[in-house]
Amino acid sequence: MFTIDNYVMAENLEEAYSLNQNRRNVILGGTMWLRLGRKKIGKAIDLSSLGLNNIEEDDEKFTIGCMCTLRNIETNKSLNKYFNGIIAKSVNNIVGVQLRNGATIGGTLFSRFGFSDVLTALLSLDTYVNLYKGGIVPLSDFVNMPLDNDILINVIIKKDSRRASYLTHRKSSSDLPVLACAVSNYDGEWNVVLGARPMKAKLINIKKNYNLTKDDVVEEMLEIIKQNIGFGSNYRGSGKYRQILAEVLVRRNIDEIISGGNHGN
Amino acid sequence: MEINLWINGKEFKDDVLPDTVLIDFIRSKGFYSVKRGCETSNCGLCTVLMDGKPILSCSTLALRGNGHDITTIEGIEEEALEFGGFMADQGAEQCGFCSPGFIMTVIAMKNELTNPSEEEIKNYLNGNLCRCTGYMGQLRAIKKYLEKGSK
Repeated sequence: MFTIDNYVMAENLEEAYSLNQNRRNVILGGTMWLRLGRKKIGKAIDLSSLGLNNIEEDDEKFTIGCMCTLRNIETNKSLNKYFNGIIAKSVNNIVGVQLRNGATIGGTLFSRFGFSDVLTALLSLDTYVNLYKGGIVPLSDFVNMPLDNDILINVIIKKDSRRASYLTHRKSSSDLPVLACAVSNYDGEWNVVLGARPMKAKLINIKKNYNLTKDDVVEEMLEIIKQNIGFGSNYRGSGKYRQILAEVLVRRNIDEIISGGNHGN
Repeated sequence: MEINLWINGKEFKDDVLPDTVLIDFIRSKGFYSVKRGCETSNCGLCTVLMDGKPILSCSTLALRGNGHDITTIEGIEEEALEFGGFMADQGAEQCGFCSPGFIMTVIAMKNELTNPSEEEIKNYLNGNLCRCTGYMGQLRAIKKYLEKGSK
């Protein structure tokens, strides 16, 4: 289990950022995952008192504070009216309500976990992260940036009329996914994201005319995915197994988007 | 570090180490209904309510409870006993190991959801593992309990 020498309730972001420059110090998310490690933490920096646990909405976007829990985003009705409800769907199988009441969106995204459902779903949308020093960065860039000592303040999801679908394959309902897949379509562009490969989620952006027949779209996408996304092995499944699963999940997601079908998870 | 919180309505002030987890603090105050299970955030046995919401006390720092209301089974004894009766009637009480956390989550669900469907019940209870796999009995008990509450 981890150890903590000191606990600091940050009074502002500058203080939190300044403390976080020391390699032994850590910004706390929900501590669900951090607790399982053996890190010897100098100062644990808590952002709980900075009012970053709200979901705000305007005409163009949702702004989700980094301390919002996964349960907050799961139960936010306004947020889940968009994108065919894939945000709620993506967190629905993450252990249980209790864990989702603790785990934070900031902790989940900043860590860029290889098993992350949320990262997979949000990559398929027009999503940005607002970093204290780094400014607003597209999530698709952020996912490939090295871990640093910046602070993720909030997550911005632009509103648009994209259609989206999210599916995972799991060995049991609350386990980590063997493979996660999100697909979205907007204005002739397809975003296909595969997560839990078991590496961190990867986004492929494909510009295809929406009027193509379904089979054309699917076959071409599958070929692009084969060429661009690698799959690894762990005790949940081999790379080859994941490759086969990827084809199935991508097909089902595209089918849901095109035909309005609804595949169960 | 100084901590000040309420457990079942009673105020506690104390000094804790920064890495003390909530379950250890609660048990140190004599609330032994909160059990240690997997300690990997998976089984739900250590569930308590913080400001009415179910959380995992094994994975939550005690200092995160500072200024908050914590509820354990001792604080909702009447409701827990009532639901326990439904569990007994449905044969849902097997080894009993998972019951404390399970009951806390059921009570939280009853307070949060209105007339939940079977799917919603299963989803809400997803984080409470029963090593006897007595899930069908538990589901029957919940349905009967909620039915009674809605009458």
